[in-house]
Amino acid sequence: MSARDDILGRVRAALAGVESGYDVPVAPRIADVPDLVDLFAERVADYQATVERCTGSDLAARVAAALPSGARVVVPDGLSVEVPGGVRDRGFTAAELDTFDAVVTEARVGIAETGTIVLDHGAGQGRRAISLVPDLHVCIVRTDQVVPDVPDALPLLAPGATEGRPLTWISGPSATSDIELSRVEGVHGPRTLHVLVVG
Amino acid sequence: MSGTFVGMPAFPQAAHEALGNAQLRRNLAHATGTIRAKRQRLVDEVNANSDWEALRLAGAGVKESALVDLATHLETLERTLTANGATVHWANDAAEANAIVASIATRHGVNEVVKVKSMVTQEINLNEALAAEGIAAWETDLAELIVQLGDDLPSHILVPAIHRNRSEIRDIFLSKMAAAGRPAPADLTDEPAVLAAAARSHLREKFLRAKVGVSGANFAVAETGTLVVVESEGNGRMCLTLPEVLVSVVGIEKVVPTWEGLDPLLRLLPRSSTGERMNPYTSMWNGVASGDGPQEVHVVLLDNGRTNALADEVGRQALRCIRCSACLNVCPVYERTGGHAYGSVYPGPIGAILNPLLRGVGHDDQVDSLPYASSLCGACFDACPVRIDIPSVLVDLRAQVVDAHRGGVPKAEALAMKATAVAFSDARRLRFGERFTGLGLRVAGRVGARKWTSARDLPPAPRESFRAWWKRTDGGRR
Ligand code: SF4
Repeated sequence: MSARDDILGRVRAALAGVESGYDVPVAPRIADVPDLVDLFAERVADYQATVERCTGSDLAARVAAALPSGARVVVPDGLSVEVPGGVRDRGFTAAELDTFDAVVTEARVGIAETGTIVLDHGAGQGRRAISLVPDLHVCIVRTDQVVPDVPDALPLLAPGATEGRPLTWISGPSATSDIELSRVEGVHGPRTLHVLVVG
Repeated sequence: MSGTFVGMPAFPQAAHEALGNAQLRRNLAHATGTIRAKRQRLVDEVNANSDWEALRLAGAGVKESALVDLATHLETLERTLTANGATVHWANDAAEANAIVASIATRHGVNEVVKVKSMVTQEINLNEALAAEGIAAWETDLAELIVQLGDDLPSHILVPAIHRNRSEIRDIFLSKMAAAGRPAPADLTDEPAVLAAAARSHLREKFLRAKVGVSGANFAVAETGTLVVVESEGNGRMCLTLPEVLVSVVGIEKVVPTWEGLDPLLRLLPRSSTGERMNPYTSMWNGVASGDGPQEVHVVLLDNGRTNALADEVGRQALRCIRCSACLNVCPVYERTGGHAYGSVYPGPIGAILNPLLRGVGHDDQVDSLPYASSLCGACFDACPVRIDIPSVLVDLRAQVVDAHRGGVPKAEALAMKATAVAFSDARRLRFGERFTGLGLRVAGRVGARKWTSARDLPPAPRESFRAWWKRTDGGRR
C-alpha cells in the first residue's frame, strides 16, 4: 500500500459514522462604507505606507516624483504609464534585480476595510520577483478597483487563480515585531511602499 | 543546528524551571499583553460594522466542512495541484516527509535550502533530518533566525524569540552570523531597526543564490489547487519566488474546500494573530506559473498523527486550528511558564490538546502531563477564531490519560485529577468544577501527588477560585 492509500484509508476510517456535508454559515459583511476610496487610502496609510490621490492626467508626474532622482527603476510589460528611465523587465535574475532601486506596478484589486492591495501579476503588474527585490515599490491603484472587503475581492481574483496566476496581497511595507515587539518597517520586501490612487 | 524538544522534562518540572526565570516572565507578559490589546481593539472594530461572533462561526464552519469530508477534499486537492503542474507526495509520518524533502534537495545537488517559518517542518524536525544529509536549512524569519543562530528553541508560535531581549540578539548576531554567512557589521547596535537591517543583509545573500525553497502552507484550497502563505517580513515571498524549486510540507488538515472559503479565514487570522487588519504579505500560488517563480513545485501532504486526532470524536475539532496563537496570549498558565515548558513546537492551550491528540496518550509522561497544563479558565475558547472548545477537549484527554494508566499503579496526577475530570466533563459547569479542584488538590497533597502541584504557581488549595482571582486581578496584572 502506498502512503496515499494508507492516509486516505485512515481518514475514511476515522470519519466512519460522521455525516458528510456540513452547512457553512454565511460570513457576515461589513456595513456600507460611505466613501470607499477614502477608507482605502486611510487604511493603507495606517500601515506606514505613503498614499497619494491623483487624477489620470497627473499620474505620470506623480510617478516620476515618487522616484528618487537617479534611481534605477524596473517596470513590467503592459504598464500604462510612462516611467522616465524605467527599464523593461527582461527576465532578470534575482541578482540582477537586486541592482534596481525601485519598481513601478499596477494592481488588480484594492481592499478598503483592510487597506490591502492585491496583485494578480497580469499585464502592468509583472512577475512576482520584480515587485519584491527592489527596495521601493510604487504601486498604482485605480479608484474603480477598490472594493469594500475581503469577500468582495475574492470573486474578482478567482479567474486569475483558476488560470494559474499567483497572487500577492500587500498590506503596507514589510514589517517585523520579532525584537521585543518593536515594529520595524522593512525587513526583506520593499522597505518603502508608495501607493498612487488614481481617479 | 537548532535543538529539538526530544527528551524534555514533563510539563510540571519544565514549568517549575521556567517560573524561576524572571526575564522570560517579563518578556512574555509584555508580549502577550501587547498582542492581546491589539487583538481586542480589532475585534471591537469588527463589531462596530459587522459581527465578530458570526465571523468566527463562519470560520469554524469552513474548517469543519473540510474535516467532515476530508478524504474527498484531499483527492480533489491532489487532482487540482497536479493539473497546476505541482508534484504531489504523501507522507505517513515525519520520517517519510523528511526523506521526500531530502531526496528532492539531493536530486538538485544542493547543500542548502532556504526556509519560510513553518510549524509543520519544526514538528517533523526537518532541519535535523536535512543536516544529517549534509544539507543546511536556513531559517529566514527573523525570530527563527535568532533562534537558529542562538542554537535555541522557539517559545511562541508567533514570536518564537520572545524570550530574547535586544542585547542578547545583538550578541547572537555578532558572534554567530559570520559562521553562517555574511557577518553582522562590527558596529552593530541593539536598536531593533539596526538588528533587522543586519538580518536583511545576512539573508539577502542566501535568498539570491538559493536553488531550493522549503515552506509550509496556512491554507490549501482544494477547488483551485492554491497554496497560501501568510507572513509579515517578506522572507516568505523571497523563499516562494526566487528559488528554482519549491517544496511545501502541508498537514492534511490545512485543506479549505472552496476558494470562497478563504474569506472568513483571511479576515480572522491576522486579527487574531498579530492584531492587524491584514498581515503585510500573503502569497498564493497554483503549482507552477510559467515564467514566474519556481518552475518545479512539490507538495508533501503529511499525516503524522492527524488521522489519530481525526478519529477522536471530542478532539477532532483541534484540527480546525489555524495557528494564530490567540489562545497562547490569553492563557494564564502560558504567560507564567512560557512555551518551552510544553516541550513541543505547539505550546500553550492548543499544544496541550494537539500534542496528545497527534501522538496518543499512555506512552509518554511528557505528553500525558500536557492536558493538566491548564486551569480550565476558558479564555482560550473565547479567543479562538475557529471556536475550538479547548477546555472540553482537555477534560476529555485527562480522562483518556487516566484510562490509559488504569490497571497499573495509578499515577499521582491521575489520582489527583480523576475527580476533577468528571466534574469538568461539561465545561459550562466550570464554577462547580473549580471549587472541586481546591478539594482535589488538597487530597493530592495528602496522597503525595507533589509532581504536578509543586510546580504550580498557585497555592495547593487556593482560598479564592482561579476564575474569581483571574477576574479580580485581570490575570495577575493588577
Ligand atoms: S487553537 Fe484557536 S486560538 Fe489557538 S492557535 Fe489554534 S486557532 Fe488560534
